[in-house]
Amino acid sequence: MTVVTGVSCPVCGCLCDDIEVDVTDNRVISVKNACAIGEAKFLNYAQHRATTPLIKNGNSLIEASLEVAIQRSAEILVNSKYPIIYGWSNASCEAVKKGIALAEDVGGVIDNTSTICHGPSIMSIQDLGISSCTLGQLRHRADLVIYWGSNPWSAHPRHIERYTVFSEGRFQNSEWNDYVTKSSSIQSQKRLRRASDLISKTGDSTISEVSHLPLTYPKMGRKLIVVDVRRTRSTDVADYFLQVEPGKDFELLQALRLLIKYDELEVEEVAGVPVKLLEDFADILIGCDFGIIFFGLGLTMSSGKNRNIDAALSLVRDLNQRTKFLIMPMRGHFNVTGANTVSTWQTGYPYAVDFSQGYPYYNPGETSVIDILRRGESDASLIVASDPVAHFPKTAIQHLVKNPLIVVDPLETPTSLMADVFIPSAFVGIEVEGTAYRMDHVPLPLKKVVDPPKGILSDEEILDKIIQRVHVLQEGGI
Amino acid sequence: MSLLLKNGFVYDPLNGVNGEVMDILTEGGKIVERHRSKDLKIIDVSGMVVMPGGVDIHSHIAGSEVNAGRLLRPEDHFKDVEVKGKVTRSGVGYSIPSTFTTGYRYTKMGYTTVMVPSMPPLEARHTHEEMDDTPMIDKAAYPLLSDWWVVLEHIRDNKIEECAAHIAWIMKATKGYAIKLVNPGGLEAWGFGKNVQSIDDPVPNFGITPREIIRGLCKVNKLLNLPHTIHVHTNNLGKPGNYLTTLKTMHCVKDLAEETKPVIHITHCQFSAYKGSDWSNIRSGAERIARYVNRNSHVTIDLGQIAFTDTTTMTADGPFQYGLYQLSGNKWMNHDVETETSSGVVPFRYRRKSYVHATQWTIGLELALFIRSPWKVFLTTDHPNAAPFTTYPLIISWLMSRHARERLLKKINRKARRRCVLTTIDREYDLSEIAIATRAGTAKALGLTWKGHLGVDADADVAVYALNPRRLNPSKEYELIEKAFERTAYTIKGGEVVSRRGEVVKSVLGQTYWADVKTLEPNEASSEFKQRFKDYWTVQYENYPIPENYLHSSKPVPVKAEV
Repeated sequence: MTVVTGVSCPVCGCLCDDIEVDVTDNRVISVKNACAIGEAKFLNYAQHRATTPLIKNGNSLIEASLEVAIQRSAEILVNSKYPIIYGWSNASCEAVKKGIALAEDVGGVIDNTSTICHGPSIMSIQDLGISSCTLGQLRHRADLVIYWGSNPWSAHPRHIERYTVFSEGRFQNSEWNDYVTKSSSIQSQKRLRRASDLISKTGDSTISEVSHLPLTYPKMGRKLIVVDVRRTRSTDVADYFLQVEPGKDFELLQALRLLIKYDELEVEEVAGVPVKLLEDFADILIGCDFGIIFFGLGLTMSSGKNRNIDAALSLVRDLNQRTKFLIMPMRGHFNVTGANTVSTWQTGYPYAVDFSQGYPYYNPGETSVIDILRRGESDASLIVASDPVAHFPKTAIQHLVKNPLIVVDPLETPTSLMADVFIPSAFVGIEVEGTAYRMDHVPLPLKKVVDPPKGILSDEEILDKIIQRVHVLQEGGI
Repeated sequence: MSLLLKNGFVYDPLNGVNGEVMDILTEGGKIVERHRSKDLKIIDVSGMVVMPGGVDIHSHIAGSEVNAGRLLRPEDHFKDVEVKGKVTRSGVGYSIPSTFTTGYRYTKMGYTTVMVPSMPPLEARHTHEEMDDTPMIDKAAYPLLSDWWVVLEHIRDNKIEECAAHIAWIMKATKGYAIKLVNPGGLEAWGFGKNVQSIDDPVPNFGITPREIIRGLCKVNKLLNLPHTIHVHTNNLGKPGNYLTTLKTMHCVKDLAEETKPVIHITHCQFSAYKGSDWSNIRSGAERIARYVNRNSHVTIDLGQIAFTDTTTMTADGPFQYGLYQLSGNKWMNHDVETETSSGVVPFRYRRKSYVHATQWTIGLELALFIRSPWKVFLTTDHPNAAPFTTYPLIISWLMSRHARERLLKKINRKARRRCVLTTIDREYDLSEIAIATRAGTAKALGLTWKGHLGVDADADVAVYALNPRRLNPSKEYELIEKAFERTAYTIKGGEVVSRRGEVVKSVLGQTYWADVKTLEPNEASSEFKQRFKDYWTVQYENYPIPENYLHSSKPVPVKAEV
């Protein structure tokens, strides 16, 4: 048995790098320090695993050699006029570099999954800028943490523990003990009530909502506030929960911008929140020493999109007149930030980069894949480490599968089943090494803990082979 | 393969060659006296200027803050694109070109070595990834160390030797080359949105002053025998009246100097040479700073010269960038790095008709012209802060020609023109002085003994410019100078022609230098430090250092330390 330490977890944007993995006979036996999602990936990654390249023959996929699959892929790409190359957030930076080189060689469009998650955030950042930091800065200094439209307790399970209010920093203490006390008292209250219900047999007693201190009397120390349209696991952890009406985040943010300038609001409530409460909230925002807003897809993908982010970024910018305030998007996949970063330094643009004119061109809405697919412009696609068939709008998928489709992925997915060529690849961060960027742009190494199945190459190697083949074909070879 | 450059006018100041007609022979990537291989290629460069390849001492071309700038400014890229070529990758650029384009543009101007001056150690891997993707040039990076908690604590406890051992480890771990200080103490204060106001202002929570940090790191630099001096971006940068801070900063390490060896480099000094009390009465402090530099031998500076154009400012100086955002109202990016540093990005346009910008323009040139020895003042634009590096040829023409300056002086803000002394300066650089300010001097200051000259065993990095010094009247024909320095007739990198008449003909990788500091005792991190690491950072100790094989082309520079 060998124990591999300091493994970066290839699941979410937290990219926790303190995972310890026990390996026996090239199999992962147990995992330490990881959250439930991370542990599940390390233990179960080998299920639904594809191990042989497949190519389409008539209506069925048949097994093929890697050489044949590569040759077929290269032919498809060379013969297409406007291919799209999409995916990347679950691939390493090294693979992304190859992807960009390939897109340039075949004059296609390269886009990554931020086009359907934090793309609006990026567009907004390009309009306004962003005041941000690395996560450790918050661990040491933040005394006010706000999650807006995101649910870290379920989606980034170690975020609060490693980077924000439950972490121990130089200038701030962990609120973990407080939370444990609070939640156990709530639990015992609930038990008491249930017991008394049984005795009195009233029958219709409902367990009351978890109570919070009113905002008018803010608690001392670090504060955790969650703003969301519904209760989530994270709101239970939070000191305060502000429930916003769905689709009204923009109004709420703008109201806060006015309130921190001491403007009067001449309405009773905004977005379902009483103005009285908002005034208290604004006081908390101004009164902190170091605040941070994390925003998730609740803000970027609800109506308003980048305008919501405009308002959030502007709020934080305004708050800097009074105190230190920062903001950060909660990035989903473990290397979505890396895909943006690599694309930016090689092409100048973070996603949706069009090489059809021989140089990088960027105009989300025009050069983003969903828009290209829905206009029916592309004539081939290469998907790496992503599953658009499961996630894209129907009309986009219809066009995607109408044209030749190449898929490079470790797993059998709905997309791979629709492919003309499917090349299985190794899991980066488990079976092969690489580099990934945490949600705050901190680069970390992805480690290899077990060997990949025989004959399975990394995304990087597969793409390199395709590029070589494309060069041969473009120079008139066979 | 050997390459012979025949009959060029050679400018090689480090070897005392000043425009003499000579042949330069290269073999195996080095300059040699006679060749062994039979494969000899001869290029006739008669009537042309031959110089060592350019060495840029300070240019933000790679790393997280540069990339943040790229992300922030699609509008900067739309207007300037590079199409994919036979041997070149495509790209975009103007003020913050994509990595490939950066390499190509430098090589076209005859530059072969560029220093990346601000590497946040936690994100060093990013800087190296980008440097690996910047072809054609050799490079190195300076880690930002003036606000590291561990460094601050060592200096507070007066443990200079422990601090030196720690920095030796950092250099190795981050593959860094020199110690960079940015607004020492101010960035730690910026963690809570504050700043320090002078070099004697205490740093919040640490109880030391910027003066102690500067002196401490200067001592560390000496103990480690690092090839370059400490590289300082001063406190109060970009504020009227800051020339006093700059003078104090230079003076506070004077007693640490031995003989005539420099111990401090003040970078982009133009931004730190302002007199006056606010923006309406800002004046040039260049004369005072030049006087100090002329009288003392422990200082070198580089310019940070402004050109009137649209550019992007980016520094690790978070509070300064916030100030610039408030001043300009332009979009603003801030990125604080835990335990280490901060950074900011703000797009900016320098306008001829603005009193402040025009004054800034004169200050840079005054510094260059008032400081008598070109070995002490180097040409930079703090790319892209004062202007993109592609404006170097223009700046060279200003330095070489009074007429070029006068022509522009006529067009700048009237009040600025009336108040400046630049109008009275007649000095014009000659080609040898340009060679010093752009390659020989910088290579010497950086301790790159194999760069910046054309002596035997130097790297075969050569720039050939289509200029005939016998026929040229630089003062009048400044446009010719600008044109010639814009694109070389030939750029030779490692003994191969990589660029010809402004066209890249061969793509090469370029090496990454880093200071491989050899301490007296093996430099292993103590368990106490590993524990502290856990408390200070959010990454694991073992994931922090960059292994050498991570770099495409690593070139350790061995350094023997005294600790």
